[in-house]
Order: sequence, then C-alpha cells, then structure tokens
Amino acid sequence: MQQVYIVGTGQTPVAEHWERTAVSLAAEAMAVALGPVAPERVGALYVANALGSALQVQAQLGPAVAAAAGMRGVEAYTIEAGGASGGVALRQAYLAVAGGACDLVVVVGVEKVTDVLDGRLEASLALAADVDWEVAQGATLTAQWAMLMRRYIHDYSCEAIDFAPFPVNAHANGAANPAALYRFPVSVDKVRASAPIADPLVMLDCATAADGAAAVVLAGERLARELPGPHIRIAGSAVATDTLALHSRPDPLWLEAAARSAAAALRAAGLAPADVDVLELTDMHGITATLALEASGFAERGTAVQLAREGELRPSGSIPLATGGGCKARGDTVGANGIYQVLDLVRQLRGEGGKAQVPGARTAFAQCLGGVGTTVATHVLVAEQL
Amino acid sequence: MDLAKHWRLRAARYRLEGHRHRTTSEVRFPCEPTPSTVAEEWEPYTLSGVGTIYSFSVVRQPPAGYEEQAPYILALVRLAEGPMITAQLTDCDPPDVAIDMPVEMITRRLRDLGPDGLIVYGYKFRPRLVDA
Repeated sequence: MQQVYIVGTGQTPVAEHWERTAVSLAAEAMAVALGPVAPERVGALYVANALGSALQVQAQLGPAVAAAAGMRGVEAYTIEAGGASGGVALRQAYLAVAGGACDLVVVVGVEKVTDVLDGRLEASLALAADVDWEVAQGATLTAQWAMLMRRYIHDYSCEAIDFAPFPVNAHANGAANPAALYRFPVSVDKVRASAPIADPLVMLDCATAADGAAAVVLAGERLARELPGPHIRIAGSAVATDTLALHSRPDPLWLEAAARSAAAALRAAGLAPADVDVLELTDMHGITATLALEASGFAERGTAVQLAREGELRPSGSIPLATGGGCKARGDTVGANGIYQVLDLVRQLRGEGGKAQVPGARTAFAQCLGGVGTTVATHVLVAEQL
Repeated sequence: MDLAKHWRLRAARYRLEGHRHRTTSEVRFPCEPTPSTVAEEWEPYTLSGVGTIYSFSVVRQPPAGYEEQAPYILALVRLAEGPMITAQLTDCDPPDVAIDMPVEMITRRLRDLGPDGLIVYGYKFRPRLVDA
C-alpha cells in the first residue's frame, strides 16, 4: 500500500445552473482540479452522482464526463450511494492509488437537480430509502429526519429551537464562501420564525438541493513529491452500511454505519476524535449532524445540541463544523456533497479558510451519509510537508 | 405498472402478514425472501395490527404521486409483536398525535397510479378505538 495525496481540487459554485448540464459542470470542476496536468495522465475517473438516472434519465455518466473532459477512453464509471456517493467514489479512487493500480486518478462529484419540480426531486431523493416499505407510505428523507428529531427531543428533553445553532453556524461560515449557495447569516429568531416543512423541522432547519460539481485529483506518494506542497494525505478511508429501512434498526437514533466508518477511518489514521481539528458532516438538518457527531465519537449521546449551544461548532470551538457553509449554506449537492466537503477541508488544511479559518488546522474529518445513514463514508485528511 | 410487485406484497400490505420463528417465536415484518433451508424455520404469521407511536412527522413537501394527500402524518409504529414499521396515520389530526400513543392498523388506499395503473391499497394506522 502506498500513501495517497490530494494534489488538486476544483469546483463550480453551488447554484441553480439553468444553462448547464451535469456533464459540463463536471468537466469544469475537473479542468480546475487538474490544472497543468494533462488529461492523458489520468489513470481512472470516478464520477459520483446520486440522481442522474432518475432526474436526467441518463446512465453511463462516467464515459460521458470522461469524453467531455478530454480523456475519452479512460477507465471511468458512475458511483451511486445516495448522499454518500462522493465519499464512496473517493474511497474507490483512494483504493486504486493505495493498491498501486493507478498513480493518478480523478474523482468528480456532480449533481444537477434543478431541471425538475419539487415533487419529482423529493421522490428521487427518497430512492435512497426503502421504496417498498417506506416510500410506498409517502415517506421522504426529510420526514424521516424529522421523526428522528422529534424522538431525540422526547428522549433527551430538549426543544426544536435547540437545533438552531447548526444552521446559524453554517450560514455564518457560508457567507464567506464564494462558492456557497446562500451567503447571508441567519439568526436563531429567524430560524424559529420560518415555515414548517416536516414538523418539527422548519425551513431554516433544511438544506436546499442545488446544482454543482467538485473534483479532486489523487496521486501516489512518489508523484505527489514532484508537485508543490503543502500536501494533503488521505490518512483514513472507510465505508460502512446499515439497513435500507430506518425502522429495521434496533435503535433508530444510533447511526451504526456512521459509528463504524468513523471508527475505522480514525483508527487507520491513528487519531481519536479529540485529535480532529476541523470537520464536515452531512448537516442536512441539525438532527442529522447531531446524530452523526454522537455516533462518530465527537459527543456523548444526547449532548451534541448542548455543545452546539455552547458555540463549539464555530471555527473557534472544539468541533468546528461546516466551515464552508456545510450542506445548509453551501447547498445540498447530494452525490457531490462528499467531494465539496473535502474541498472545504483542504482549504482549511492549507490555511485558506478566510474568516472561517480554524487556527492551525492540521487534521480534518469528512463524513457523508446516504439516505438516513444507510451508507456512510468517512475520510480523515492530514496536512503534511513532503 | 409494477403489477407483479404489488401482487407479491399483498399478504404483508393487506393483512400485516410477517414471519414467526418456529422455536424462538421471534416475529419479523416485513419478511425478506429467504433460502429454503432458512424458510423452514419461519412460518407465516399475521400480526395483531396494534402498536404505539415511536415518532411522527407531518409531510408538507410530498414526493410526486402523494400531492393530493398532503399534508399527511407519517409515523414510525412499534408493533406489539416487536417489529417497527413506517406508516401513515389516518382518522386523526397532528395535534391529536403523541409519542407512545396506541394505534391500530386499518386498510386504506396508499396510492392511485392513474388511469392505466393500479390503485394501491395497504396498511395505515389510526388511534386505537378499543383497548387491546
């Protein structure tokens, strides 16, 4: 096994890209990520995309993106794992380089959601749940998180407004990210006053789906040494799964796949949760981030909302979250989220976080969830001088 | 159309039929297709249809095909025999619902797949009328 480094990053803004296709968004992000590296040097291309088959009704996005990016003929495919697609694709790319099959690979996450009306988008997102036993009853992912939020409030005696620090922090950080969908702050009172979406979730508890593409270039150690630093090493990489249906789990408030993948990725990196300087999670809703923080070992069960209330999510806190705005303010790009997360963390590890910079950040944790934690991919990144 | 699929699921959807283990009496629902050697250990078992609310929400942004039902109450129901399922609540309004509230199964229309499709029936749950 050789060490694997992130040697290039690129992204499009997260936005409503009415005039663009998924393929053109992906090609743009890849061109930025590759920079001066010739497309012919790329050994394999991993395209993370959750909804293309349902929304664009087009399969084989891998070859389509490869051709558009000037690497026709390269090994390329689409990787689908709902909202975890980006992290799972990154894991596949990492394995290809670590195992020595390739020296240079590209991962691009891309999603194009604005071509359809809300009902069809909700139905497509719900494909990540159990179609026969959940979706047939009219379940949506949002409603499932809402049910978990209500149960959490019941079990731990808190209130819906206790989750407000998550969107407030995400928006405060997103305001400084030029690529974010929402670049304005929100207050706790504004969250409280927003309209109900799926009780007890209100509008400002919910991320907005939008279009975008983000890409990373991975290289083996020998090649990475030839390129200018600082170098970002993928120190841990893990994927774990859970039941498709939320109701099949012994304890629905415990995201077992998040716990497993976080533990495996941290173990590989030789780090404990307390060693992580900055993190990105699937913070689609406050409850989503809450359960991920608790399963991943950053908070005891029932305490994540308290840490949030005490300001620990901010760049100055002990678990700085969503420094680029997270899913809430950066925007929910579904299958691309896992790659946008990595880009935001790479900026932190390079000291380019601007107003949201975590002082001296050297280690980072990226975790993305497919469905309600059915597939979870976790990566640990470490800044190194080669 | 998915005719075969809805037909295949009819026992579970119409009468809440799952499986019971012949020796441990463990009940599972919905039952997964199992290899024949394992299947011999499980027998068909119709659940009582009573349970309690684990949690619930009100869906105001429905997926395509459920627009005319919205807003509707979606719940996680812990069945008396142990398994938990996802189901809509009916015959009640959101202020009437609470965690731990007793509910019972009732057969209702889940979806109308249009002039060329099926009308899909299945279980929903309502506040329990009589104490079990």
